[in-house]
Amino acid sequence: MGPDSLEAKQKAAIEEVLKAYPEKAAKNRAKHLGVGGPDDESQKTCGNVRSNKKTVPGVMSQRGCAYAGSKGVVWGPVKDMVHISHGPVGCGQYSRAGRRNYYIGTTGVDTFVTMNFTSDFQEKDIVFGGDKKLDKCLHEIDALFPLNNGITVQSECPIGLIGDDINATSKMYANKTGQTIVPVNCEGFRGVSQSLGHHIANDTVRDYIFDASPKTLGEPIAVTEYDVAIIGDYNIGGDAWSSRILLEEMGLRVVAQWSGDATIKEMVQTTKVKLNLLHCYRSMNYISRHMEKEYGIPWIEYNFFGPSQTVKSLRKIAAFFDESIQAKCEEVIAKYQPMVDAITNKFRPRLEGKTVMLFVGGLRPRHVIGAYEDLGMEVIGTGYEFAHDDDYKRTKDEIFRSTVIYDDVNEYELEAFVKALQPDLVASGIKEKYVFQKMGLPYRQMHSWDYSGPYHGYDGFAVFAADMDLAINSPVWGHSKAPWDKEGEV
Amino acid sequence: MQEVEKIVNGQKLFQRPEYKEVLANKKQFEGGMGAINPAKTAEIAEWTKGWDYREKNLAREAITINPAKACQPLGAVMVALGFENTMPYVHGSHGCVAYFRSYFTKHFKEPTPCVSDSMTEDAAVFGGLSNMKDGLKNCAALYKPEMIAVSTTCMAEVIGDDLYAFAIAAKEEDGGEFLAEDFPITYAHTPSFTGSHITGYDNMMHGIMSQLTEGNKKEESNGKINIIPGFETYIGSIRSVKAIVESFGAEYTMLGDHSDQWDMPAGDYSMFAGGTPIADAKDCINAKATISLQKYATVKTMKMAKKWKHVGGTSNPIGLKGTDEFVMKLAELTGKEVPQKLKTERGRLVDAMQDSYPYMHGKKFAIWGDPDFLVGMVSFLLEMGAEPTHVLCNNPARGWEDEIRAMLDTSPASADCHVWAGKDLWHMRSLLFTEPVDFMIGNSYGKELMRDTNIPLIYIGFPIFDRHHLHRYSISGYDGALNLLTWITNKVLDQLDEETKGIASTDYFFDLVR
Repeated sequence: MGPDSLEAKQKAAIEEVLKAYPEKAAKNRAKHLGVGGPDDESQKTCGNVRSNKKTVPGVMSQRGCAYAGSKGVVWGPVKDMVHISHGPVGCGQYSRAGRRNYYIGTTGVDTFVTMNFTSDFQEKDIVFGGDKKLDKCLHEIDALFPLNNGITVQSECPIGLIGDDINATSKMYANKTGQTIVPVNCEGFRGVSQSLGHHIANDTVRDYIFDASPKTLGEPIAVTEYDVAIIGDYNIGGDAWSSRILLEEMGLRVVAQWSGDATIKEMVQTTKVKLNLLHCYRSMNYISRHMEKEYGIPWIEYNFFGPSQTVKSLRKIAAFFDESIQAKCEEVIAKYQPMVDAITNKFRPRLEGKTVMLFVGGLRPRHVIGAYEDLGMEVIGTGYEFAHDDDYKRTKDEIFRSTVIYDDVNEYELEAFVKALQPDLVASGIKEKYVFQKMGLPYRQMHSWDYSGPYHGYDGFAVFAADMDLAINSPVWGHSKAPWDKEGEV
Repeated sequence: MQEVEKIVNGQKLFQRPEYKEVLANKKQFEGGMGAINPAKTAEIAEWTKGWDYREKNLAREAITINPAKACQPLGAVMVALGFENTMPYVHGSHGCVAYFRSYFTKHFKEPTPCVSDSMTEDAAVFGGLSNMKDGLKNCAALYKPEMIAVSTTCMAEVIGDDLYAFAIAAKEEDGGEFLAEDFPITYAHTPSFTGSHITGYDNMMHGIMSQLTEGNKKEESNGKINIIPGFETYIGSIRSVKAIVESFGAEYTMLGDHSDQWDMPAGDYSMFAGGTPIADAKDCINAKATISLQKYATVKTMKMAKKWKHVGGTSNPIGLKGTDEFVMKLAELTGKEVPQKLKTERGRLVDAMQDSYPYMHGKKFAIWGDPDFLVGMVSFLLEMGAEPTHVLCNNPARGWEDEIRAMLDTSPASADCHVWAGKDLWHMRSLLFTEPVDFMIGNSYGKELMRDTNIPLIYIGFPIFDRHHLHRYSISGYDGALNLLTWITNKVLDQLDEETKGIASTDYFFDLVR
């Protein structure tokens, strides 16, 4: 490791960043920052970073809350159910329709994803409790939206603090009406990030979808040997659709999507599939493990970002089935290979050697690395908002070179790392987007695909490649410097 | 499969036959009514458009559906970002702050700095004192603000944390290392379960003005005029107002001026830009007058100004009349003639109104938004002879409904103009189906109403996520009114073209000159 090596620069950047903190905070943050090496067997997690701990107060973390993890991620996209943001008006308003969980349906009639239902707590609800109001909310929703197939109650902070019993209220209403009502105790102050909200939401799927066998519309679905479910794909920009097409082409039958474009019936059907395909491990490993234990359904993780990982994943999935599926899998890979080659030939020369720094949530900080590398781009920094140790362990297998790893990175650190390491592209969320664009750095939002997508599967890779090219090679970044600016300025 | 020379994203990709087949196949597993019995979905969809549904919908007492308001701390964050080098600090869970930041950022397409002290379960049990001690210190060390403005989430409010005591305790423990004794930590309690984002605006503005001015009252007035913009989401409006005040040559302080913060030029990034200098804010008590441009967003603050014996009061410079009143108020306060520059601007606006009036006259509008925005906009619509058929406010303040009613009663169409106080946008949907209008004016939440009812939406309001740069313009002052006139008139003309472009059927009316 020479003084100018990437690793040395990365280590120096971390050291520099920690200097700005008061002592206690510096000690804490030091544990969350590290340099990951793909071949360093001594590292317990990638870069030996610690994760899933409380955020240091006052630092402008990018993290969200348990409510965001449940309402925003796991439950919100289930399209034929109404999801109540239970508590004050803000949470539901700020999270309304921002995640691009695509679905097909008549919104407000038989599907409800982009709407905002809230019990809009007032002071009297805090003082006297909101259970009666909740009961009334449930009645009103069923009266005005008779085609809803269930209602979830997504608790905001005050619910758990004022002693409301949403479980009893929901149960009473459900018993009376035969409706599926799912109370979720995902108050924002629980846990340290979105992550606990995923877990809580997964548990309520177990309790209210699997164990309670809710009524579903239409004929029961006959089981086949090739039934699989897509788990942990939120269909952002249509990701799950550009994934299921590949699975279907190789002869599998995708009977459920969790939870992008999902219906409650698909979720019920999932306990009968042969294999669960888990994309976002972080948010849905809990329910996958439960189905393994309770229903004997194996699950595997897969990665449909970029052709290298897609090919690996398709073969891994096919290996669970008979030779006919494996043969078709090879046909699918062969069918798309010319397209992949054409895309790579077109974009690789324009992107080769460009460096990228990532900061996202869920699976993407590791899963998208391969897609960038397929285009000749080099990921030199990555981190998660709300990962656990198992995510960082998995990350070590996905990095290609010395990579600065930052867990729960805050605005100050990310800005400092970007300034020190000078990547050609930053890929993160909306809150950080304009900071880096103002610096003249190409940027892509990797939560919402920057209003583009899908990015999953072969068709998604084409969009991904075109979008990265668009960002990096747009003429607009060249305009920051005015003709009267002297060398070295701006 | 994608064609490499013509890569398309989801919009067109999923229209291809292979994806249409995928989506059609998926329906066999779905349990939604649209997949099981599409006729039933169509029947219910039709039912939601009628009077029966409207009555049930308007009778709702508990559930709010598609609200047109947000919660208090959002307004508090806006206030903080209007002061120089000030960090908004939200005492509570960090999830809230992630939401405030992304909400503003999606609207302004600008960074929105704000920290929280990340309270979790233990803070819910033991209180958030230790979070606040660490949080203030870390915030000061990392971001080096000149002031920290603390507001609260509902979590902190429910457990009853005492901000004043906490701020003092934090300074004591820090011992001056990062938080000097005179470092301003201003604060306001902003419970989300009371009022809306405009209440939070009022509370934080009141907090900053009262706390910064403590002990600063002088015998003599500094002769200045304080201007409070209110929850102003149009950057250009703040600039228009400043230009008007400056044209009188008046000495003034814009209290809470976030116009540079949310409009930073490219080329470099610094966390804070512009804003009211803290020294000016400390002196605001010594002004001779305080004018609030948003009456309903500054009720508490303006009570304080009155107690300070500041003249001025409230003035809403949206539309011709509103701007006239604001200008007259300044003329009175400064003792000066209305400057020629403003006279000319007014003349140009009126000229434009007289050019365009046939297209707005008699057109029916539905409009929603914050109470002060609506007062200004309804005034402008009436000035143009338009009919504000549905005026809906989800967060009305006391007196608002009567004020709007009185305005509507000046219209010849008064009987057909309705005020809807405390209603939401799902109510609006029923109103639009049963008593249709020609155009809607509102924020991005009107998009689904536009899709469902086919009524064109004119994007004016907050938040606007899916149209670019409108927030950079002004809707206040004579120049702002000209923008309103331009946007509305041209949308009317666009719609007229849309309706008359049928080849060999309606296009006899597809006029080149309008």
